[in-house]
Amino acid sequence: MATMPILPNMPALDLIKSFKLKTKQQELLIRVSILCLVYILAFITRLFSVLRYESMIHEFDPYFNYRTTLYLTQNGFYDFWNWFDYESWYPLGRIVGGTLYPGLMVTAALIYRILHFLRFAVHIREVCVLTAPFFASNTTLVAYFFGKEIWDTGAGLVAAILIAICPGYISRSVAGSYDNEGVAIFALLFTFYLFVKAVNTGSLAWSLASAFGYFYMVSAWGGYVFIINLIPLYVLVLLITGRYSMRLYVAYNCMYVLGMLLAMQIRFVGFQHVQSGEHMAAMGVFFLLQVFYFLDWVKHMLSDTKLFQAFLRITVTCAVAVGAIALGLGMLSGYISPWTGRFYSLLDPTYAKDHIPIIASVSEHQPTAWSSFMFDFHILLFLFPAGLYFCFKRLSDATIFIVMYGLTSMYFAGVMVRLILVATPAVCLVSAIAVSATVKNLTVLLRSKNKGVQTGSTKGSSSSKASSKALLDQSQPFQKNGAIALLFGAFYLLSKYATHCTWVTSEAYSSPSIVLAARGAHGSRVIFDDYREAYFWLRQNTPPDAKVMSWWDYGYQITAMGNRTVIVDNNTWNNTHIATVGRAMSSYEDEAIEIMRSLDVDYVLVVFGGVTGYSSDDINKFLWMVRIGGGVFPVIKEPDYLVNGEYRVDKGAAPKMLNCLMYKLCYYRFGEMLTEYGKPPGYDRARGVEIGNKDIKLEHLEEAFTTSNWIVRIYKVKPPNNRW
Amino acid sequence: MEVPIRATGILGFTFFSLLFFICTSSPLHNLFISNAERRIDATSHIVKVYLTLKVENAGSTPTSEVLLAFPPTRVDHLATVEALVTKGKRKKTTLVRLDVKPTELPDAPNGAKYFTIYLANPLNSGESTTLEVLYLFTHSLEPFPAEIGQSESQLVHYRDSALILSPYHIKQQTTFIKTPSSKVESFTRVEPTNRAGTEIKYGPYEDRPPYSFSPILIHFENNSPFPVVEELVREVEISHWGNLQVTEQYTLVHGGARHKGVFSRVDFQSRPTLSGASSLRHLLARLPPRVHSVYYRDEIGNISSSHLRTDSRKSELEIEPRYPLFGGWKATFVIGYGLPLQDFLFESSDDRRYLNFTFGCPLLETVVDKLTVKVVLPEGSKDPSAVVPFPVDQHLETKYSYLDVVGRTVVVVEKKNLVPVQNSHFQVYYTFKPIFMLAEPLMLASAFFLFFVACVAYLHIDLSIPMLSVRGVNIRYGCAKIKPISKCVSDMKETKLSDPADPPAMNDSSNRSLGG
Repeated sequence: MATMPILPNMPALDLIKSFKLKTKQQELLIRVSILCLVYILAFITRLFSVLRYESMIHEFDPYFNYRTTLYLTQNGFYDFWNWFDYESWYPLGRIVGGTLYPGLMVTAALIYRILHFLRFAVHIREVCVLTAPFFASNTTLVAYFFGKEIWDTGAGLVAAILIAICPGYISRSVAGSYDNEGVAIFALLFTFYLFVKAVNTGSLAWSLASAFGYFYMVSAWGGYVFIINLIPLYVLVLLITGRYSMRLYVAYNCMYVLGMLLAMQIRFVGFQHVQSGEHMAAMGVFFLLQVFYFLDWVKHMLSDTKLFQAFLRITVTCAVAVGAIALGLGMLSGYISPWTGRFYSLLDPTYAKDHIPIIASVSEHQPTAWSSFMFDFHILLFLFPAGLYFCFKRLSDATIFIVMYGLTSMYFAGVMVRLILVATPAVCLVSAIAVSATVKNLTVLLRSKNKGVQTGSTKGSSSSKASSKALLDQSQPFQKNGAIALLFGAFYLLSKYATHCTWVTSEAYSSPSIVLAARGAHGSRVIFDDYREAYFWLRQNTPPDAKVMSWWDYGYQITAMGNRTVIVDNNTWNNTHIATVGRAMSSYEDEAIEIMRSLDVDYVLVVFGGVTGYSSDDINKFLWMVRIGGGVFPVIKEPDYLVNGEYRVDKGAAPKMLNCLMYKLCYYRFGEMLTEYGKPPGYDRARGVEIGNKDIKLEHLEEAFTTSNWIVRIYKVKPPNNRW
Repeated sequence: MEVPIRATGILGFTFFSLLFFICTSSPLHNLFISNAERRIDATSHIVKVYLTLKVENAGSTPTSEVLLAFPPTRVDHLATVEALVTKGKRKKTTLVRLDVKPTELPDAPNGAKYFTIYLANPLNSGESTTLEVLYLFTHSLEPFPAEIGQSESQLVHYRDSALILSPYHIKQQTTFIKTPSSKVESFTRVEPTNRAGTEIKYGPYEDRPPYSFSPILIHFENNSPFPVVEELVREVEISHWGNLQVTEQYTLVHGGARHKGVFSRVDFQSRPTLSGASSLRHLLARLPPRVHSVYYRDEIGNISSSHLRTDSRKSELEIEPRYPLFGGWKATFVIGYGLPLQDFLFESSDDRRYLNFTFGCPLLETVVDKLTVKVVLPEGSKDPSAVVPFPVDQHLETKYSYLDVVGRTVVVVEKKNLVPVQNSHFQVYYTFKPIFMLAEPLMLASAFFLFFVACVAYLHIDLSIPMLSVRGVNIRYGCAKIKPISKCVSDMKETKLSDPADPPAMNDSSNRSLGG
């Protein structure tokens, strides 16, 4: 290079020549740059909320995760692990270290430490806000490698692009959505990828890696149960379809045994892998594999097939019998716990509605509507079956895995809205196969045809291929146009997908839900920051040991932002406690005050949307409080709050409804308020009616604070009157 | 609170009058005050006292020191004392600021505290001069009743003396007290006393001996909010790349009568003048001009209710706390902004640099109980020294910010009980070599360089363990096992066998092609 200027004749040409890459190098360069771009795209498409609002934590659960992460970074790992939290579930408290999945917090704390070691003085909040997008970016890389493993590089690239912007995944991984799912989807896909790689190669190293991936997943999210059931199911399917191999044996045994041992280190999971009914399938398959291996060995030793058949029958019967007896004994003795309600509700969508109202009351646990499938997957919904077709056409261990992952997760996605998230990677991968295979076929068609035209016109073709070429030539004009049209169609669809994803991300999934935005009368943006106003008021102006009673939705936020003790929170581990709060809210004031005094409540917080028209307030959630309260305390009866099966708050409402604590607290002095021009005072904008009880007197409580738009109202429980 | 103050007041009075007879021979008594006029402004929660003294030297020796006396209970709340003297004749009068320093006197009656005013020109015998003295008291209006409901107005007690406490004989004196409204519940009468509108006049009193004291108590309505910043930490970070970043952490409290009972939003919204009249709804911060990237937030995020108005001479930031502050309610928040460095950083004659910045709190009408100013100097700066116009505590700290290796020197200056009048400038001198500016970019560049070198090295070095033979055995073994049991070996496995590149090394092989 240094000698270049000496040659005056053709320096430019030489330069170009020396920079010209070989085809393979070009391909690598393009691939790496596409991956880099996808990596960046996946990150920045999740930053809408940061740009539009601010760098803040969203929703409900992330606030708990943030609070624990803060504790972890301030007090160190051991304090975190042994943390007994007095600020929630008063008076019971919560053993935080033993009742959470620490993966997310440890990850964020680790990133924070590393950044500080590299002298980047970032705040832990920024780390928490950007953890989910960062892991989403990493997921695209995993998707690429996974796609490469099950199909080819092209499919990998398409999968990376699809998953980078898929709304189903973005919904849980926008900046600020600091939740377990943010890292768990990465861990899930990574574990699956490593396992498939281990099955494909039979390598102990990959299998070990997948065990560690599984460990990370267990530490991050309760959804690990999906892995520990899907992988045995997959192994079972491989066994049944006669695809048993040494590779599978190595991969599964190593992954299961090590993964199980590692998972036991997480306190929240503990010995569930050997004691819980949900994990028994994995163990059963583990033993089945051993039997299979043993039989294989015996068959290898015995040359007589008849003898082997007899032996096979005896062994299989014995094995099944022993397994069934062991399971039965375990169940009977209580050593193996039966399936939990949450697990049942996954298998049977109607179970929760009948038996566990607390699960059914959460909106993200509702069965999925078709529209939300369309919303979250868009064209992937149509590409998915096509991808399945391609997978079946080229069946291998890896494609069987992705087919099974896709089908099972699609079923679960249909059961619960939030499980669309789990299905998203599979849908993206399968769709990527469809896209990649189609586009590849079409381009091959275009290219070969061009060659055919050239060869046909310039030279005489060889005799052996003449007939086929003639055939090709004949169908060429139609094929060429068809291929071009189809290619354009594919690109049109894909670009539609990209615009849809961006639109959904920007409109639906990028609002922090703690700050509400609305359009004002003049088209300007109005911000309702009432939640934080109330929480900050609590934090600054109440005694540090004040106990706040609210519906459980707001528990995490009150402890994290208000820094005050709550009675119940979003970790719904004690149904009775929640039912007690539900009962207090749905009783008359003089009955409720007894309950509140027994719980040592100082403040009551309700969320009320009547002034702003905010519909997810406590009045709309009230029936769930009644149901959950009534589930434990039969004195609370749902029909008392309904009129002819109808839930209403106006004059025609049930008398119990008009006088229960929740109604009084929400509508206290609301009757004097003019909310909308041309409507009578006390017009509830969220429900569009004039309220039925305008003359509300409070005896044992007094209004302590109401936010500027009335969204949060806080009441103080008065001390008992003096007896003299 | 209230009882001890009153007790000391009465005690003080008796003591002072006693002491007057004891201390007679002192050089102080060469001076006497021929006329004194005091105007006390109690309209806001910072009580401003304007004192005009006509001092005459009756002694034989010239003197250049004039003493001001304060009762010990009030000196703790004394934020600042300034003295001015008028110079020149009728037309061209200019005010000249005089030095004022706290002084200890050995025979101070009943612990009275003194401030000495140093006259520019000694006052010769028989001459007289007129001094303008301004002093401010904080926390001197005591809410009574101490707790009020939302619709009640805030009443306060103000205690002082009808007579000016002075070590000198005062021939004639008058005191005016201005209240914010004409609503005065009660006031102590020390005849002659009369009240007109918002002003109460005590005096004129003739020929009062030194240390005369006559306690008065005025009970009046003061509905102005009492914003008190309990603690303010101002951090000024100098970046020689052209920016001065200021971060101010406030702990604000409404120091007026405590809020009692219900807070009703209906009343507050529909009757803003009657309900919560003394509540603190917004604050105004006066920032330097050309301010940029202003933010206003607290521990749980951004606070959206603020407005910034800028013009060429100043910037005004109007901020609202998240909720209106009633008496006793607290709010903590952070204000941050960036400023162009050239407005504040200068080079001194001895080749050092110095930062010239305002010392106090930018919020108007606010008392600061404790102020900490931290000046974060750029990494590599040496010999820091702060020059502050009044006595303060200072020490040095080290702070680590982005990409710091040795840490930045932080000059910490602390001051208690500060009022907005004291927003004077202070300077921090230090030496800094511009070459240090390049340290961080060079570090970043070299880190990226090393990263790329590592990448190139990785692509060129074959790190894989040669395991082709082992894997071959593995696969063959696997196939031998599969054949008898499975019906057929899937086509995938065949492709695997025929594929020359082994899957674990696939990345390496594809990567290697770049080098090859």
